[in-house]
Amino acid sequence: MSTSSQFCTFYVDGLFFGVDVLRVQEVIRYQEMTRVPLASEVVSGLINLRGQIVTAIDLRRRLVLSERPAGQLPMNVVVRTDDGAVSLLVDEIGDVLEVDESTFERPPGTLTGVARQLVRGVYKLKDRLLLIIDTQQTVDLHEKNGAALKKVS
Amino acid sequence: MSMNESLQQDLIKDLLVESHEGLDRFDRELLALEQGQGGSERMNTIFRVIHTLKGTAGCLGLGKIEQTAHRGENLLSLLRDGKLTTSPEMITTLLALSDALRGMLRTLEATGNDGEADHSALLARLEQLQTANPVAAVPAAPAAFGLFDDEPAAPAPLAPAAPPVALAPVQPRPSLPAHDVAPAAESPVKSSVADSAIRVDIGQLDKVMNLVGELVLARNQIVANTTRFDQAALLTASQRLNIITTELQESVMKTRMQPIGNVWAKFPRVVRDVAHELGKKIRLVMDGQSTELDRTIIEAIKDPLTHIVRNSIDHGIESPEKRLAAGKPDEGLLSLRAYHEGGQVNIEIMDDGGGINLERVKAKAVAQNLITSEQAGRLTEREAINLIFLPGLSTAEKVSNVSGRGVGMDVVKTNIEKIGGSIDLSTQAGQGTTLKIKIPLTLAIIPALIVTSGGDRYAIPQVSLLELVRLEGTAAGQGIELLYGSPVYRLRGQLLPLAYLNEQFKVGKITGQSRDEVVNIIVLQADGRPFGLVVDEINDTEEIVVKPLGKQLKGLACFAGATIMGDGRVALILDVVGLAQHANVVAEARDRNVPEDKSRLTGSGDQKQALLLFNIGPDRRMAIPLALAARLEEFPVTKIERTGAQEVVQYRGQILPLIRVADHVAGSTTSSSAGGDTLQVVVYSENGRSVGLIVGRINDIVEEALTIQRKASARGILGSAVVQNKVTDLLDVPALIRSADPSFYISAA
Repeated sequence: MSTSSQFCTFYVDGLFFGVDVLRVQEVIRYQEMTRVPLASEVVSGLINLRGQIVTAIDLRRRLVLSERPAGQLPMNVVVRTDDGAVSLLVDEIGDVLEVDESTFERPPGTLTGVARQLVRGVYKLKDRLLLIIDTQQTVDLHEKNGAALKKVS
Repeated sequence: MSMNESLQQDLIKDLLVESHEGLDRFDRELLALEQGQGGSERMNTIFRVIHTLKGTAGCLGLGKIEQTAHRGENLLSLLRDGKLTTSPEMITTLLALSDALRGMLRTLEATGNDGEADHSALLARLEQLQTANPVAAVPAAPAAFGLFDDEPAAPAPLAPAAPPVALAPVQPRPSLPAHDVAPAAESPVKSSVADSAIRVDIGQLDKVMNLVGELVLARNQIVANTTRFDQAALLTASQRLNIITTELQESVMKTRMQPIGNVWAKFPRVVRDVAHELGKKIRLVMDGQSTELDRTIIEAIKDPLTHIVRNSIDHGIESPEKRLAAGKPDEGLLSLRAYHEGGQVNIEIMDDGGGINLERVKAKAVAQNLITSEQAGRLTEREAINLIFLPGLSTAEKVSNVSGRGVGMDVVKTNIEKIGGSIDLSTQAGQGTTLKIKIPLTLAIIPALIVTSGGDRYAIPQVSLLELVRLEGTAAGQGIELLYGSPVYRLRGQLLPLAYLNEQFKVGKITGQSRDEVVNIIVLQADGRPFGLVVDEINDTEEIVVKPLGKQLKGLACFAGATIMGDGRVALILDVVGLAQHANVVAEARDRNVPEDKSRLTGSGDQKQALLLFNIGPDRRMAIPLALAARLEEFPVTKIERTGAQEVVQYRGQILPLIRVADHVAGSTTSSSAGGDTLQVVVYSENGRSVGLIVGRINDIVEEALTIQRKASARGILGSAVVQNKVTDLLDVPALIRSADPSFYISAA
């Protein structure tokens, strides 16, 4: 098989993730954010992307991983969604990888919880696994998409 | 698609735009003509509209439109040439012609051809009218007029004595002063205007507006930063940038501004048609149609205004017979007025009709179970007027074609409030009704107050701002009092409920509750009621560009959007109504719709008294004078202990005996022991002894002049009064305590 796809890769809490490169609008370093009181804790704040107000979603919280250590500044992966741009906060940016479709596998049944909903599948790379996340699902913060949406009320 | 087809499509599009405009002009001019403002120039304009339409439709092979327009043109040419005079019937037929043409254009737009609708009756009528009314009545009319002849003897002005034509319910009207009926009254537009204006796509204009918004923000950032450097050249450049940006912003805003007359232009037609249908005589007076508003707002008020106008004609203005009987001229007056005031636009819709029959409104509201008949009896005039804005209320006795379907003023009100406006109605029986609408000029760039709380900045739209109060030193410590844990501030004698932004948003520390700080209170208006918002710091007012929030944050009612500040950071814009609801500082919906009228109370001469309102059981409302309540407390049920049969709690190092009010008040069916896991307790103290009164739920604190309406018949009750439009029993505290604990007063003595 010769079909291949390109993914923009990044690290979150030691895990290696990728999103479809065509979905990514840009990758920018840490931006100052304005927090949004009363919002879901997954929402880190709002950033000013050249005059456009973009919601930043902390992927560590979204994927129910451990909190980012204090002092470590996240990077923004700005993705295009059906409802405008949304920024995903990640720990570190990796390369754009071209992977062979034949190495793709659906997530194993043992994957549960939020990850089950957000991880579309896994590419078995030579030295590690690349988890592909569904951006549209990730930015949809409706109740059906996981427990991470407790509202502070 | 072939080249030819796309060309054809483009031509049709042009035809549609042009013809709709033309037909609007046609209607307008025709109505002005009917008002007696004739002139051959006007007649020419009317003729030209139909003539052009006929020509273009013919070129594009739209036979049906061409044919219909042609028939109209025949009649119009006779009118123009003075061979016929206009009659109301003729005007009606010509208006029907424009409607028919519009219908065909709509079909054309939707389907690409001019449709199959049958207009033969109309065509026959047009034909017939060509021979109906020869011009003999007008003396000295030359046989033929030149096309642009301005001679005063032109036949167009309606002689009031023109022979009445059969089936014409609306009679020719006497001439009106020219300024009364604009836009029609303006002298015919010179054709050169058409050459100096171009048509621009609205989407394009919106895009330019957005870019200017960005530029304004970039400007703010540059200006904020350049002051840090002292390079003269840079400063000069940034000043110029500042000025130019401001001017550009204003100019672009102007391109989006439209005179309100654009919305009003269709009203003469609406008024004429509706009045016609109802057999009423109505004169429409419009003033201030050049008042400009942003197009988004124009769009938003179009339907509410039309609804109000139709309402005024249907419900407001009486039939000619009734009016004559009431000693008024048989012709009713409907007046529209628009003007700028304090950065807002005011629109007044006034009629001199019969006014709103408040008794009937009340009766309707009772019949529809919106209020009880007892409540109805106690409503003030203002409260009764506000009933009109309740959903589902219609006062029309029968549902007519025009109004009375019960979807009405509440929708109007909601639509107007949605764009940050307000609506106010006043009415006088027999004299008429006036509706006053206030709306902002624009929604895109608004003035806002910037505040800081918990380290973040927030923008508060200036429209909801009433005043700012700053408490310093001892005033800061003592000015704010706690009522059952709810902070209030006495603002000129009225209790102002307070909300701490930090507390509401769970950010930063809670200000103002330690002794020696400065407290900043922003007095805001939500749903007609004031409340105070306490913030850490008040910064400045600024023009901000409103930007929407992402979908992830749509559920947050406290925010209306976000904006970008001078330093490039994002600030949230507060939604004052949403915030007030979040903080529970506005009352529940029903109370809001029927707000109490303070002015009535001051007028009565009675002494006002602060009352504590609470419930026992689900629906029994009670009150005690606030002065009798030493404190309001909340205890978990688990804290209750017993000494003998007496329930007590430990309170401030003492034993506080508890009395369940519901158990000691006659006529109380529910026992207050039911309920949640906390108890609401009013602490009453006398001569160093205290007792806790367990009540169901504490509702509110109000200041009212109390009139006991009904003497007590039950034990423990002083009497009943109406508080906040609800019947409320006044608790006789000493009697209650005596009945529960006979020793209380004795041992205290």
